[in-house]
Amino acid sequence: MSVLMLGLAIALALSMVAAAAVALITRSTVIAVLAAGLVSLFASIFFVVLAAPDVAMTEAAIGSGLTTFLFFFTMGRIRREGGK
Amino acid sequence: MTLLAPLGILVMTLGTVFLALAGLGLFRMPDTYTRIQAGTKATTLGMLLMLAGAALIAPAWTVKLGLIALFLMFTNPLSSQVLARAAHRAGVPATERTSADALAEDAADMAGGEGAA
Amino acid sequence: MTDALLLPAAIAALALVLSFWRFIAGPHAVDRVVAFDGLTLIAISGLVMAALVSGRGIYLDVALIYALLSFLGVIVASRYLEGGEE
Repeated sequence: MSVLMLGLAIALALSMVAAAAVALITRSTVIAVLAAGLVSLFASIFFVVLAAPDVAMTEAAIGSGLTTFLFFFTMGRIRREGGK
Repeated sequence: MTLLAPLGILVMTLGTVFLALAGLGLFRMPDTYTRIQAGTKATTLGMLLMLAGAALIAPAWTVKLGLIALFLMFTNPLSSQVLARAAHRAGVPATERTSADALAEDAADMAGGEGAA
Repeated sequence: MTDALLLPAAIAALALVLSFWRFIAGPHAVDRVVAFDGLTLIAISGLVMAALVSGRGIYLDVALIYALLSFLGVIVASRYLEGGEE
């Protein structure tokens, strides 16, 4: 593992911890969903650094894409149904 | 190869400089709209330079990198526009030095009929 | 190759720190979505650098999927935020 990969791994780990802390601390649901998507984003790049591109593709598709989409879709649906 | 690789490194460095300038704009700009402007336009240019530099370093990947660049060129201005419209509809305040709000004037025109100023 | 890419990697790390500060401190949710978009692009640049260092072209597929799905997330988040509250 080269110096650049090691630095990338350290930066990714610190960013994951910071994003998870944001998801825990914040009071707003929107920000928590965004921060959880960010954790998943950095985790998928971490899988690439660990030489597992297939796992990274799955993590990017499901964790970062589908989960965020599903959360916002459901929250919009709840807001629309609750208003009437 | 001997000439293309240092040129690619140079172009990649220029692209990351634009990414860092976009980060500086996100850090320093006074309100949400200027942050949207800085955070999406500069990153588009930075990513295009970055992908061009990578294509200069590794010419075998040009097709795949070009596909990513094409996709970014389509999606990034679109997400910028949708974000700015969302901020405007959510009522995010602009900074005091803003001199014109064309979207609010258009909305007032649409609501007030033909004669509205 | 690795030594030559150290300077772009350092500048990208600076961009990561600045954008992440806006993600943590942004007063409105739209600020955080903008910072999320910027962080995604910085992550894609990191993926391209990792692909160049390791010399494996399949890493670029991850970057392509990444660009596609983060765009979807930003669009859905802003359509939700158009409705009003923070």
